Amino acid sequence: MLEKLLSAPKTYYVWLGFLLCLIAGCATVYWQQLQTGLSITGMNRDVSWGLYISQFTYFVGVAASAVMLVLPAYFHHYKKFKRMIIFGEFMAVAAVVMCALFIVVDLGQPQRMLNVMLHPTPNSVMFYDMMVLIGYLTLNIIIGWVTLEAERLGVEPPKWVKPLIYLSILWAFSIHTVTAFLYAGIPGRHYWLTAIMAARFLSSAFCSGPSILLLLVFLVRRLTGFDPGKDAVKTLSTIIVYAMCVNVFFYVLELFTAFYSQIPGHAEPIVFLFAGHDGHLAWVSYWMWAAVAMAFISLAILIPPSLRTHPVLLPLALVMLVAATWIDKGLGLLIGGFTPNMYESITPYMPTVREVIVALGVYAIGALVLSILWKIAIGVKQEAGNFSD
Amino acid sequence: MYNAKAVITGIIVFTVLCTAPFWVGLAGKDYKSTGIVLPKDEKKCIESVEFMRKDHMRLLNEWRDEALRGENRVYTAEDGKKWSISLQNTCLKCHSNYKEFCDKCHTANSVYPYCWTCHILPGESK
Amino acid sequence: MNKSRRSFLKVAGFSVFALSSGIVAQAAVPGTANAKLAPGSYAKGDAALRARRWAMVIDTRKFAGPRDYEPLMEACRQEHNVPSIPDARNIKWFWLDSYEHTFPDDMNAHLDTKTREAAYPLLCNHCSNPPCVRVCPTQATYKMEDGIVAMDYHRCIGCRFCMAGCPYGARSFNFKDPRGFLPNPVPNPSFPTRMIGVVEKCTFCAERLAMGKMPACVEASEGRILFGDLEDADSKVRRALAANFSIRRKPSLGTQPGVYYLI
Repeated sequence: MLEKLLSAPKTYYVWLGFLLCLIAGCATVYWQQLQTGLSITGMNRDVSWGLYISQFTYFVGVAASAVMLVLPAYFHHYKKFKRMIIFGEFMAVAAVVMCALFIVVDLGQPQRMLNVMLHPTPNSVMFYDMMVLIGYLTLNIIIGWVTLEAERLGVEPPKWVKPLIYLSILWAFSIHTVTAFLYAGIPGRHYWLTAIMAARFLSSAFCSGPSILLLLVFLVRRLTGFDPGKDAVKTLSTIIVYAMCVNVFFYVLELFTAFYSQIPGHAEPIVFLFAGHDGHLAWVSYWMWAAVAMAFISLAILIPPSLRTHPVLLPLALVMLVAATWIDKGLGLLIGGFTPNMYESITPYMPTVREVIVALGVYAIGALVLSILWKIAIGVKQEAGNFSD
Repeated sequence: MYNAKAVITGIIVFTVLCTAPFWVGLAGKDYKSTGIVLPKDEKKCIESVEFMRKDHMRLLNEWRDEALRGENRVYTAEDGKKWSISLQNTCLKCHSNYKEFCDKCHTANSVYPYCWTCHILPGESK
Repeated sequence: MNKSRRSFLKVAGFSVFALSSGIVAQAAVPGTANAKLAPGSYAKGDAALRARRWAMVIDTRKFAGPRDYEPLMEACRQEHNVPSIPDARNIKWFWLDSYEHTFPDDMNAHLDTKTREAAYPLLCNHCSNPPCVRVCPTQATYKMEDGIVAMDYHRCIGCRFCMAGCPYGARSFNFKDPRGFLPNPVPNPSFPTRMIGVVEKCTFCAERLAMGKMPACVEASEGRILFGDLEDADSKVRRALAANFSIRRKPSLGTQPGVYYLI
């Protein structure tokens, strides 16, 4: 099926070329990081994880969210998702690749990375995280490729792939649960020490991931004419609304526990995130409030069915939803976890330009993987006549 | 087969190129000594020359794990002599000239250990 | 898809599965030590100090102010080639902070001035139940038989999970090459430095105990810091704890710190 990559319009190759240039440019900054260490980032002794790990966390969620298509299609035989499902699976592949890369760029000694497998440590959540991510990547590549091949030939996918699909559904939940356990099992980090962390992660993933998917599919529709199907879009946006409502609800639960109990440790990170300290807003506070605003505006658009199906309002709401969840998980989670620090004082953290560039490079690699895989999928769909109604 | 001629020629050229080092090695001259300079004052390393030559790196790994994890910091060699387990303070006592000893072999074998980013060479000055 | 390709894919799929399950199976037996390689044998030194659980008691009442701790901090820096980096990326093994920061849970607004304004030494607590060891994905940090939480810098991948895990801020990451912040030659040429990209921390001077010496800070404290076996009811530390009121940092987290403060 790789031959589908050879017959694309010129703009596609320009896009790939652009991504490759971008990756090369960002790689030079990563090279710098290899030489001078993580001192090129904004991280420090007290805020020892930053943008890289938060992006890793966010994209594990995006990877897991493919299950929101797979589960209805295979558990509930919801046929309308069948046309779009491959895009979810391939997006999961790209997202897991990004996760792995975000971990690698975060390591102080990346050449020793395989020590995790050389000295397996079952008591470390990081070890499980590495295992489940590798497993999920393998599952999605196999399932995606085999089902696409079957579609191309106009036959049912082989029987042996079914158990793998069911496994991948459970696996998707597990990857994000394990990622939440990275945080939720650490004593002394008040913002993270909460039993609802995994549930929050999953709900945030299940609204943000499908939103990203829908936005990208809309883009593909504009570029190639591929139509995911009206009902599929409608159902998926309904799933997004429910997940986002649950996500916001879970956050409110955190707020209740923190502020009704009035235990300082629980409340302080949240106060810092939204109100800064000593009467000065932190830079992240503006982002957090923006996230709150966007979360509620997106819900206001998405909840009424009449607005949810609107061709302009829907993408707009999805963009805001993605931004809101990204700020919550991609900025707030890490900064809130490390501020106040273990001495109950404030050590500021802000990503540096070079840190952002390295992260951008990983994004570009994700985009490259996605562009290649989706091009193959679109080519096959065109050939098989599963392209539009 | 399509283009049988080109394919077979290609395979042959590829195989020859890939195995070239072996052929060159077979046809080549004798091994060249690395010119390693042994410590002057000591005649015997902690274990036999054959063992040290073949396994010094694995021994160092084992020493590291025993000393750091088991807190066993004394090694009793086969001949009964006791050694304090330390790369920096035991090995380098005798092998004080790392350029003429360690480096000679390592460079010849394209091995570039980075022990000295942490461990301190005798008389090191940067 | 033709037949051979399909069967190839099948075989490939099974191989991937078998390979990955092989990795998992291997993972199921952690810490399987390789067979001994060396023909000789290993033992502790004759002079080595031993304990079932090393612990430290710091008599803060005997220190008049931050300046009194200076020789101790200096002894630690000299002993272990700890660099001084003047920003938030400093390497800290033994350092000072206020009462409020050291014991945040025990702070009250009307605490006597002397206690509140005094400086307190901080170091790795060598917990009985160390979260840093629990989270480390490579066993680069581990707890030894005698209770010391140690590190193997050779194995550390620099993921900094231990820094997130430690509730005491006892761990420092080498954001930069530490040699750039050390004099040349280094203060103690018989002890290594660390390298860029690894985490480091206080070792309770395990290498000194092995030679029969007390930790550097204990030696420099001239009797104001006690060090001994917590399991031995007759040890100096146990007697000091029996006779005085002592506190530990963040005891509610269940980490069981091995560093006690007499206030």
